Amino acid sequence: MAHEDPASTNAPMVDIRGLNKWFGAFHVLKDIDLRVDKGQRIVICGPSGSGKSTLIRCINRLETYQQGQITVDGIELGENLRNIERVRREVGMVFQHFNLFSHLTVLENCTLAPIWVRKQSRPEAEQTALKYLERVRIPEQADKYPGQLSGGQQQRVAIARSLCMSPRIMLFDEPTSALDPEMIKEVLDVMIELAEEGMTMLCVTHEMGFARTVADRMIFMDEGRIVESAEPDTFFRNPRHDRTKEFLGQILG
Amino acid sequence: MSTGPRHLSTNTPPFHCYLAPLTWVRANLLSGPVDSVLTLLALYLLWIGIPPFIQWAVIDADWVGNSRDQCTSGGACWVFVRVRLNQFLYGAYPADQQWRVNLGLLLFVFLLVPLMLRRVPYKRILAVLLVVVYPVVAYVLFYGGLLELPVVETHQWGGLMLTLILAVVGIVLSLPFGILLALGRRSDLPVIRAACVTYIELWRGVPLITVLFMASVMLPLFFPEGFNPDKLLRAMIGIVLFQSAYIAEVVRGGLQAIPKGQYEAAKALGLGYWQTMGLVILPQALKLVIPGIVNTFIALFKDTTLVLIIGLFDLLGKVQQAFNDPEWLGYSTEGYLFAGFVFWAFCFSISRYSQALERALHTDHRH
Repeated sequence: MAHEDPASTNAPMVDIRGLNKWFGAFHVLKDIDLRVDKGQRIVICGPSGSGKSTLIRCINRLETYQQGQITVDGIELGENLRNIERVRREVGMVFQHFNLFSHLTVLENCTLAPIWVRKQSRPEAEQTALKYLERVRIPEQADKYPGQLSGGQQQRVAIARSLCMSPRIMLFDEPTSALDPEMIKEVLDVMIELAEEGMTMLCVTHEMGFARTVADRMIFMDEGRIVESAEPDTFFRNPRHDRTKEFLGQILG
Repeated sequence: MSTGPRHLSTNTPPFHCYLAPLTWVRANLLSGPVDSVLTLLALYLLWIGIPPFIQWAVIDADWVGNSRDQCTSGGACWVFVRVRLNQFLYGAYPADQQWRVNLGLLLFVFLLVPLMLRRVPYKRILAVLLVVVYPVVAYVLFYGGLLELPVVETHQWGGLMLTLILAVVGIVLSLPFGILLALGRRSDLPVIRAACVTYIELWRGVPLITVLFMASVMLPLFFPEGFNPDKLLRAMIGIVLFQSAYIAEVVRGGLQAIPKGQYEAAKALGLGYWQTMGLVILPQALKLVIPGIVNTFIALFKDTTLVLIIGLFDLLGKVQQAFNDPEWLGYSTEGYLFAGFVFWAFCFSISRYSQALERALHTDHRH
């Protein structure tokens, strides 16, 4: 399924055009255009209800949309279930509330999809899983159940679980918002490492320190629109829009 | 009040000694005037109830013999149960063929017990044997007609054997049907959802006794001439269709208790619908509703007695039939007690097993 066609190295990993979405009568996403290149790291911020989570959830079709076109790694998302599942295999997602499978051990959480979706053998999947658990620094927890881990540990397992599918792009949906302050750093450190290794990433987060460290591009959303999109330097020092200034003023204190 | 060894317990944890039972009695049974009166009343009721019952059922009872002439002591006449036991267990199954039933039961226990224990190798093979191979073997054994086994028509089946067959078939088949119905009821496809809702509401709205009547009396009217499926088979189908509606609702409760995030995480990993359900959602949902499922199974086990009204004689049916034997008139108390005890023993075992299962599957450590 990998798309290693050399001619398409410049093709975007994610290409969103004219995306519109309504929840009933409420217009959540308005005319979104967004292009994410391979290896690019984009941080999306904005006030709550601005549509940022909804936007990244559209990319792996956890949300449907009414208008527009999304292409992920050359595959066009649409109503076609097979395409949707193909895209989901290549797109990893980390959720605010971790969403680990509580009836499975940490190791089983990590091997479930590689075995059943990628059809890997169990030993092969376990080997990969242990490799990634080591990378998120919790190989010793492999045989525990998620309920026995702290929030920070659970979120690191969730990251490892996604990585086990060798995704070509990772989506982070407020990965540290549900964590106690002292656990935020351990999760961000893992994400920074991931960014340094060249993973294509789209993060919805309010961690501006993290954004400054890893982002190639900042996106500010408000009321369902992309209001501002800029390099982090420009974005933090010299935002163009008043709404962005106000938001940054509030969150950077 | 300070008669106890109070002076010892200033800084030490309460220590347990010979006095503990008395302390317990005081704390739990005699903690106030109302409590004390209720305790005494309960003790009095037990006193006037239990000893005479034991006197009648055990001490004065007649245990040995083969006719009512041996029942002379005025206590319970267990001779009646003893003499009729073969019928209570096998119905009218020919005596020289009853080894087939025993063998079938033995095979069943042999396959089931390892499955119920934890950490037994080859569980998957055993499960396949039990669910796929065993029914065929059991059918050939019980019904015959193959391997030079003489045919034993199903109207000869009865007693505990029939009760167990109905219950096991009902339990084993209604669970998967119920799960499918529950999934269907939560499906995104309107046609499937509507069909499942209709099915569930229809079958839950009808008493089982009506279903059995329909299966035995009305259904044949609609069948083409010459096509007349076995009465037992019709009863089984009726019971399975009926119970799956109940199981479906219990399972639906479990499905609804699973957070949306679990579905989303499974989808995001690329799992398809059946993989999501089979690997992520159902294992968690079913674990949650074990008490409800077992409750339904226990009810089903007891509901099998209703087949009496369509002329099938299960354990209770056989016991009641024996009351009409002129030889044994007047011993219905013993018969009902025996039947009640057998049902209780089975239902209680199911219940205990389910509690052990719940403990064994307790892995999510939620607080």
